[in-house]
Amino acid sequence: MKGFYYLLGAVAIGGGVALWYGAQRPAGTAPPGAATPVAATDGFRGFTLGSDTARVEVTEYSDFECPFCAQFGTVQMPVIREQLIATGRVRWRFRDFPLPGHQYSRYAALVAQCAGEQGRFWEMHDQLFFHHQWAQTGKNPRGLFRDFAKQAGLDLAKYDACVNAQRYDGRIQASVEEGTALGVSGTPTFFVNGHRYGGRSTSDDFKAVADSITKSRK
Amino acid sequence: MRQRQAIALLALVGLFVALYLWLYKIGVIGTLQCGTGACEQVQTSRYADLWGVPVAFYGVVGYAALLAVAVLGLRPGLLAERRVTLALAALATVGVAFSLYLTYLELFVIHATCRWCVGSAVIVTAIWVVALSAMRRSV
Repeated sequence: MKGFYYLLGAVAIGGGVALWYGAQRPAGTAPPGAATPVAATDGFRGFTLGSDTARVEVTEYSDFECPFCAQFGTVQMPVIREQLIATGRVRWRFRDFPLPGHQYSRYAALVAQCAGEQGRFWEMHDQLFFHHQWAQTGKNPRGLFRDFAKQAGLDLAKYDACVNAQRYDGRIQASVEEGTALGVSGTPTFFVNGHRYGGRSTSDDFKAVADSITKSRK
Repeated sequence: MRQRQAIALLALVGLFVALYLWLYKIGVIGTLQCGTGACEQVQTSRYADLWGVPVAFYGVVGYAALLAVAVLGLRPGLLAERRVTLALAALATVGVAFSLYLTYLELFVIHATCRWCVGSAVIVTAIWVVALSAMRRSV
């Protein structure tokens, strides 16, 4: 009988260790045997919104886990889209700048890139920012992000393949390096027509900047 | 006694399988080690929740109950207790029925199989077979 309890204890310890090991694997780590990540440093310049002929282009360096970026994305961005982008006055460019201190921001950038592969980057962008509770819980968001992908209308098989292969990791790293070279150190950081923007990040302020550029070019 | 020991061991293994799937479902574990299966497709399908609770959690509760009853049933005073045998058989029957339903969903609705789910189905079926043989012996 004693031998049986030793065996039961050994199985319990073995199972506990295996579970602990499984919980240590970060979300973005491809499992052994997964497809080799495709380097995607392909000269990609970020996802854009708005007219190609807009006189004002705003480049936003952002981190999906950053609370200020989420606040900007949910409070200011809808107004900017409606008043400046939809009217053809401003073209918006989104660049990834996942901060190293954020556990899941690079993974979030990856899932957004994978959504972009299917033409739904901005839908995923909104899912990540409008349901930003994931960034506060500290829990692994892998399953939740897949739910977001479903909500964004993605083909989940393609999404899984892209995420598991970490297909756009190189593209994200290229964006970080480019931002760092431009002096970006925090998020969100904006550039207006290539010049660093140091004003307040509100829709009214961006409207004022767009107005001044438009007037000066008339 | 041997049957209860076997059930306890199998239930402990099943408990870890169910815990693994449940921890994945609630976001504690990032990537399921699935090999050639389609675990994530199954685990993130709408059938992975039942009445708002992850299906894997029912597995955790079921295996924990089987383990507890089997270990308690090994106490000298309960070894000859037929109600313990009956309880194990009843729990295992519910588990097998639930597993059959989930396997049907995997094969004919989701069209994907998760090797951990298959593993759990095999474990609970083995428990059921052992529990039934224990019942026959106790008649």
